[in-house]
Amino acid sequence: MSYIPIKRPKFSLLDRIYVVELAKGLVITLRHLVLSLLGRSRSKKDFNGAGIGACMPFPEQRWDSRLPSYYRGAPTLVRGEDGRERCVSCQLCEFICPARAIRVVPGSVAPNSPTPKQEKAPAEFEIDMLRCIYCGMCQEVCPEQAIFLSKEYLITPTDRKQALRHKEELYQLGGIKKGLINKWNQYK
Amino acid sequence: MSTEQQILPKDAAAAEGKVNVQINGTWYRFPKGTRIADACNSVGVHVPCFCYHPKLSVAGSCRMCLVEQGMPPRLAPGATPTYNEDGYQTIQWMPRAIVACANTVAENMGIRTDGTVCTEARRAVLEFLLTNHPLDCPICDQAGECKLQEYTADYGQLTHRFTESKIKKGKNLSIGPRVNLDQERCVLCRRCVRFMKEIVGEEVLGVVGRGGHNAIACYPGKTLDSNYSMNVVDICPVGAMTSKDFRFKMRVWFLKSTPTIDVNCGTGTNINIWTREQQVYRITPRQNDEVNSCWMPDSHRLNYGYVNAPERLLTPLIRTDEQAEQRPAAWEPLLRAVAEQLRRCKSSELAIIASARLTNEELYLTKHLADLLNVKSLDIVPRRGESDGMLISADRNPNTTGARLILGKDGSTLPDIVRGIKIGKIRSLIVLGEDVTAEVGIPADQLRKLHYMLVVAHSENPTTQAADAVLPGVTFAEKYGTMINVTGRIQRLNRAIDPLGKSRADWDILRALLQECGDVPLKAARATSPMEILEEMAEQFEPLSGITWANIGNSGRQIMETGITIPLIEREHAKRA
Repeated sequence: MSYIPIKRPKFSLLDRIYVVELAKGLVITLRHLVLSLLGRSRSKKDFNGAGIGACMPFPEQRWDSRLPSYYRGAPTLVRGEDGRERCVSCQLCEFICPARAIRVVPGSVAPNSPTPKQEKAPAEFEIDMLRCIYCGMCQEVCPEQAIFLSKEYLITPTDRKQALRHKEELYQLGGIKKGLINKWNQYK
Repeated sequence: MSTEQQILPKDAAAAEGKVNVQINGTWYRFPKGTRIADACNSVGVHVPCFCYHPKLSVAGSCRMCLVEQGMPPRLAPGATPTYNEDGYQTIQWMPRAIVACANTVAENMGIRTDGTVCTEARRAVLEFLLTNHPLDCPICDQAGECKLQEYTADYGQLTHRFTESKIKKGKNLSIGPRVNLDQERCVLCRRCVRFMKEIVGEEVLGVVGRGGHNAIACYPGKTLDSNYSMNVVDICPVGAMTSKDFRFKMRVWFLKSTPTIDVNCGTGTNINIWTREQQVYRITPRQNDEVNSCWMPDSHRLNYGYVNAPERLLTPLIRTDEQAEQRPAAWEPLLRAVAEQLRRCKSSELAIIASARLTNEELYLTKHLADLLNVKSLDIVPRRGESDGMLISADRNPNTTGARLILGKDGSTLPDIVRGIKIGKIRSLIVLGEDVTAEVGIPADQLRKLHYMLVVAHSENPTTQAADAVLPGVTFAEKYGTMINVTGRIQRLNRAIDPLGKSRADWDILRALLQECGDVPLKAARATSPMEILEEMAEQFEPLSGITWANIGNSGRQIMETGITIPLIEREHAKRA
């Protein structure tokens, strides 16, 4: 048998003229209206707002503090506590990125750098935020714990060029990550 | 069923000069003296090797190729061997694994590569190799084509039992103008040492230190500056030897490799071009035992910069007035204008300087263009140098043999053309893929005095600057075609990237010119690919008969004897014989 018969409910006359449901809806609307006029609507309690209107008045009010810890926002690059660029431009994120949003131009670290053993660092690192789908694969694949998804979700470029995030901007957004990675120091 | 009349497999194999070997339960026949590693690899049973390289002597030092081996039992005095119903003796397996690279096959030998004995042995060897390995794959250029990575995936374990601190060695050492050495990544297979000693014949590299402090180093006062030094980067199974040119350019898994041939000399070294999008990143040699073995000279390997150079001509150029600057033009109107000009030229005043860097197909179209315009002054630019006694041929043109076959020219009448231009006998000139100012010695002001000059070139140079019309051709990486090397071997040139900008493949330009210049009853003038042109050429030139694009294959085909040989290949043949 290739189909499953669904038993449809039988509606009574009262259901079919739906006056009662209409009235129920109107009551909800009127309750919101009255509460809003009194300045005691839901938004006062839940969104810490002025108590006018049932919705969150975005962008003046944000949901940010309630974002879950696993929220996936814009990817950023981080520095270590020692200020070292963690990225070694291994290009695994570029490889894994399903949207091909990442472009890395590998480069060398300066010879006078405090961690010369790292040898390699990105000369340029670009993420096209119009392409990024916030999947978090880059963070997962990174062997150096250098790329992390932030909680930033408000990305509103006005042209394509603005949507391209360069290395400096990515490091600024990422900031410093706690915890030392000793992989590249002189003892290892 | 075993009767005296039936021939035993051992006798049948011996009649062919071969031996029967059982590999993972299946019986095969191999020529006597075949190494176990080669035998296994030839039937698709993979044997991991670090130190073994078919072109170098056997070291047997890495112990990665351990296989389980067995032979028929040794007979008691007076006993006769017994054969099973297939005609083989039973195999008595040895309790320990042996190295597959330093042992040869024997009659009735058994090899097992999938048993516990050898996988456990390989696992243990790999664990030792990884004790002092720095595990810096994220910054290692070899990552992605590293044997150590591959074998770790096959035989490695996820935990590191060696908890003591690792031995520190030199990293990022410059051991030559083109090669970097990382001693920590080294697995001490000594392939590089053997390559320099046996193939190049210079003892530059050696192993210093003892035990865990073993490391590859240059002998005092020596550097790895041979013109073949970058081959050690290719043969290094790990990231110990890395190329300075390719250092941190691109991870290899992004690169596409295209099998093609080198165009820097008449040898026609087989190469792979590694590209990503429209950019060439590196060139590596491709094995062809009749042309270049596994090697190529550094000078040729590094000569790819002009493909993506800013000097590339990306659009057709035209000079409409004597004193005016060249300005960009559209293809179709320019081709019509050029054809119009060429038709108007007196054929006795017109000359064509072609190039032996063009493919056979392009030379064929050039010949027909010359016939159509009735041009008698036609020649190529010869490039003679000195052979280096290895792979670099004395003939620095890749297709002189082709030019001799198709045009019947080898550069000997070029001085006549140069004189003709000087005395004003030749007033119009077509230059195909050559810079005639520097290499032929025609001053730029003489070129400017010409009535009309058409240049097909891939990069801007003094010749294109003096031209009345410039048609942008392409480099060897952007076109299909065939070339015949100095030994008379026809080889294929494959397209690795699309023609840059608005440039077109040279054969395409010549075909369009032929079509514009007149009504040619020629299939090639309407060919949609160089493969079709080759088909037509195969009917007309005796050495090319039966040659098609497909049957040339990636390793080429010998079509004639020129008497010229490649010294390195001769030495290799002599060694094998």
